Amino acid sequence: MSHAASSPVGGRLMTPAYKVLLALAAIGAGFLVWRFLFGLGSMTALSDSYPWGIWIAFDVVTGTAIACGGYAVALLVYAFNRWHYHPLVRSAILTSALGYTIAGLSVVIDLGRYWTLYGLAGIWNWNLNSILLEVAICITAYVFVSWIELSPAFLERGRTARSPRLRSFSERWLPRMQRALPFIIALGLLLPTMHQSSLGSLMLLAGPKVHALWSTPFLPLFFLITCVAMGLGGVVLESTISSRAFGRPNEHSLLVRIGRVVAGLFALFMVMRLADLAFRGRLDMLLAFDRFTFWFTLEMLLAAAGIVVLLQPSLTRGRLFRAAMLVLLAGALYRFSVFLIAYQPAPGAVYFPSLGEIMVTVGLVAAEIAVYILIVRRFPILAALPPHPETKVGREEAHLAHAAH
Amino acid sequence: MSLSRRSALKTLAAAGAAVASTAAPASAREPKQAPADAVGLLYDATLCVGCKACMVACREANGLEPEDTESRWDSPDSLSGNAKNIIKYYDDGEHSTFMKMQCMHCVDPGCVSACMIGAFQKREHGIVTWDGSKCVGCRYCQIACPYGVPQFEWDKTFPKIVKCELCAHRIAEGGIPACVEVCPRHAVIYGTRDDLLAEAHRRLENEPERYEDKVYGEFDAGGTQVLYLAPRGVQFASLGLPDLGTKSIPHLPESIQHAIYKGFIAPIALYGVLAVSAWRNHRQQQIEEAAANNGEA
Repeated sequence: MSHAASSPVGGRLMTPAYKVLLALAAIGAGFLVWRFLFGLGSMTALSDSYPWGIWIAFDVVTGTAIACGGYAVALLVYAFNRWHYHPLVRSAILTSALGYTIAGLSVVIDLGRYWTLYGLAGIWNWNLNSILLEVAICITAYVFVSWIELSPAFLERGRTARSPRLRSFSERWLPRMQRALPFIIALGLLLPTMHQSSLGSLMLLAGPKVHALWSTPFLPLFFLITCVAMGLGGVVLESTISSRAFGRPNEHSLLVRIGRVVAGLFALFMVMRLADLAFRGRLDMLLAFDRFTFWFTLEMLLAAAGIVVLLQPSLTRGRLFRAAMLVLLAGALYRFSVFLIAYQPAPGAVYFPSLGEIMVTVGLVAAEIAVYILIVRRFPILAALPPHPETKVGREEAHLAHAAH
Repeated sequence: MSLSRRSALKTLAAAGAAVASTAAPASAREPKQAPADAVGLLYDATLCVGCKACMVACREANGLEPEDTESRWDSPDSLSGNAKNIIKYYDDGEHSTFMKMQCMHCVDPGCVSACMIGAFQKREHGIVTWDGSKCVGCRYCQIACPYGVPQFEWDKTFPKIVKCELCAHRIAEGGIPACVEVCPRHAVIYGTRDDLLAEAHRRLENEPERYEDKVYGEFDAGGTQVLYLAPRGVQFASLGLPDLGTKSIPHLPESIQHAIYKGFIAPIALYGVLAVSAWRNHRQQQIEEAAANNGEA
């Protein structure tokens, strides 16, 4: 990882917007006190029919997909050697680390009997048939791996710390981390491949309770494709917002190329979904014109609209941003549907999140953004300089420009 | 395309092939059989008169609190944290039927497959039990159960999962389930699964005009240890017993997961390939960067 490539944003932390974030986080925390004092039923809309609500379907299932940027960009850079995307790696991994930490917290909040959680450390108790076990272990492991992947950023900062001990610690460990990084990154590629696909497998066990437009043996594959596509879409979103918010150099040309990859993946996903329906002989369900047809069609339209825009020959920042939003919404709707909208436990059963559930999720996201801002202001995360003409990206850009003329 | 990129793609393709080859013989997991000493219930919906004595007996035998639902005392609408056993009433205009619901004690249960640390186990006589010392309250069992059996104590600060355990504590002492003991019409009877199946088929044979020609639970969802007979003309699905086919709930998901994770070979192989390509690409990049810096200097 070339250290000169990233630098702290600096600047004042306690802006009015930042205080709003902290206030939202505090409100969420207040609802959490309530949840732990009086039980899940006291503040959620959860029931025996809908035991999983937005804390799972949004915070974990959708949130970790949007937070898969660190996985998806590292996949492009380290596995497929697309090194020109390297300037995006660090901020993407920060998003992953934060998103997955939030997901882990959500799970603990959602667990009814969290005090027995230590039992999960007893490997001899593990039920190796349990898909949820695999998801739980892999997500926990990835939370740690993603922070370790990010540790060079903290160590680089540590080299200029005031404390001499912290300085010497950082000097000693930074080169070690650099050497170990490829092997840690490989773990950071393996774990999401496993748990993101297994997130899809989870709902295979719900069997006929998931509507047949969504329930298919290909759930694990679909979840894997959407997590890469949504992770990259999340990178476009995050980079655009942070470059505007912090007045950072714009990685626009890189983001446009990422957008093309996102469009390709979503197109593949849509084709596979329709092919799967055709193969299972269920295409007629699209003509049922019930609410399931509606949600399925909406998902397809959102994705198609995003793809069309992303493939335009030239894209302004605004259009790229909006197109990324569209495909992210499509992916989010797909994942959300598998866990909630298409989940039909019993006739007449309904679920709509309570105010408390929504405020806890809002609070967690607000806290996530607040920590993101804190870290990028203080640590070298965001790409520092516009692409230098001597770097590979610069050369390729110049080459492309030359070819165009 | 650089040399390293090409070779990286090649190694990745090789890994893909390796993963695919382990997945290819999607080794459909063997269907599970009920244990030889499996016990269960046979509920005959043509006999039940809906007295609900079984609900009271169940509550007493299992130390459950009576439920105070709005204006009615101890008449829960459905299974709940206070009700492991319930009698429901179904009326389709032509037939009115009482229906008993409790854990089905599946031969190959979804909840057992779902549970991360084995809080759900199939124990002696194939009875599916819940162990509170292990359960973390994730409620994946509720997602996995096609019958909506496991219930969660939503209103408690320190909740439990509540479900029928076929009065395993009474059976261990030589007794029988409380619901069976008090049933005045013998609408629900207790025995080994084999005996109950034989009895069910005997009834179907003797009075075919009385019953739907099917023993629910014989093959449904891989078989259950609680079996049902329905009155002629009444579909099981309309009594809350969904049509699930003959494959068990865990059959498909476990077959897929087992194929992918067999011996953990695919993940280890994939890690190896990823580590090698990450290391090579990383080193290649460092060499290129060093060369570029030298060029500048």
